[in-house]
Amino acid sequence: MVLEALVLHPKDNVATAVRLLEKGKRISFKDRGNDTDVLLLQIIPFGHKFALTDIEPGEKIIKYGEVIGQATKSIEKGEHVHVHNVEGLRGRGDRQ
Amino acid sequence: MKFLGYRRANGTVGTRNHMLVFPTVICAAATAEMISRAVAGTVVVTHPHGCGHMGVETEHVVRSMSGFCANPNVAGVLLVGLGCELITPRTIAERLDGYRQRYEIVNIQEEGGTTATVEKGRLLVEKLLKEAAKVNREPVDISELIVGTNCGGSDTFSGLTANPALGNACDRLVAEGGTAILSETPEMIGAEQVLAGRAASESVKKRIYEITSATEAMAFKAGVDIRGSEPSPGNIEGGLTTLEEKSLGAVLKGGTTTIKEVVDFAVKPAEKGLVIMDGPAHDAVCNTGMIAGGAQVIVFTTGRGTPMGAPIAPVIKVATNSRIYQHMRDNMDINAGNILEGTETIESIGERIFQEIVEVASGKATRAEMLGHHEFAIHSLGLSV
Repeated sequence: MVLEALVLHPKDNVATAVRLLEKGKRISFKDRGNDTDVLLLQIIPFGHKFALTDIEPGEKIIKYGEVIGQATKSIEKGEHVHVHNVEGLRGRGDRQ
Repeated sequence: MKFLGYRRANGTVGTRNHMLVFPTVICAAATAEMISRAVAGTVVVTHPHGCGHMGVETEHVVRSMSGFCANPNVAGVLLVGLGCELITPRTIAERLDGYRQRYEIVNIQEEGGTTATVEKGRLLVEKLLKEAAKVNREPVDISELIVGTNCGGSDTFSGLTANPALGNACDRLVAEGGTAILSETPEMIGAEQVLAGRAASESVKKRIYEITSATEAMAFKAGVDIRGSEPSPGNIEGGLTTLEEKSLGAVLKGGTTTIKEVVDFAVKPAEKGLVIMDGPAHDAVCNTGMIAGGAQVIVFTTGRGTPMGAPIAPVIKVATNSRIYQHMRDNMDINAGNILEGTETIESIGERIFQEIVEVASGKATRAEMLGHHEFAIHSLGLSV
């Protein structure tokens, strides 16, 4: 089987593309032990992330089972998750 | 477990037998290069430091320089000075006496110019080289090894392949009684809780939070979002979205064992096992700090690809993905990208990295060494006049 994406922790709400994934592709993954899938709404570049669930603005983004930032706008399941819709919470000298 | 190393008079063990020509001030840098060019088998370091420092920055630069020159991979060092600088060869030599490191000194103003200094320096280096040639490799216990870890030009795969595999290698080294250094404090921000949970004591835990807070405070003082510097534009292009994400992947390279100690930049760990060194994430600065802290081998993971080496320590390069491994083949020693293809596991690459550490420590040349990479840098603390 050729690996397409990785979910690192059961708590994660994002997965990482292990190859360039085309828009419209359906990716299977396990959600708390159950087989489920996500339809990609956009091209996901090699190494980039996509949402495994719908994410509300202000909701925490979880990878490695830990908080890596928060959504700055609503993110649909299958959407590309990156700097255009996620901000970091640490080192924010611009917010001081 | 054993490797073949150079046992020094002071009891430490080198993985290389370098003859170092080291200018203590930039004013002596070109002269030092000329001396090194005149004598085969020497390495030279150049840098912009040695004058104009104040206060704690002076101590920081002196400690970094002297720790570097005292690294067990250095058989002897020729210190080259100008004469009127703040950090003279004598300043460094006093520290080297404490380490019982072999050195000679030459000063440009004293010798009467470049040509006379190069001639005197050449004779002194030839004398040191003759002494160094008498030392041979012998079997020594692997617990003598201090391995520095670094990740640079990271991508999202750093945290999925090469870093956890390097962490696995560090776990194996620590199990054999050796020491691994995890540094790059900015890349602990957002992952403190992971590290603090493995601290050997309350004081180590407190230090972990102190060093990350102090680093984060620099972004606060600058009034900017740290993103753009950390993660860098290349990291972001590679798929890393925030500093927290980068950090959680970066700290995996230290492995999973107890964090025994937190040391300042360029300070040699007193403990064996996994140790944190406070310092910048700048690749060359990080390497220099760990080498000044006694690391005899560096393992460096990269996803975007970097040729970075070090003047006196072998740097083993581990690619995080097969694409960069093939694309920059001449710079890469090990491919952890196979983990993504499912033909290798984190454990199997971890074992390969560990074996490579032992072989490289015993004399096998790394790609960075074959290509002649010798990057060196010390950061400024902002106290220069």
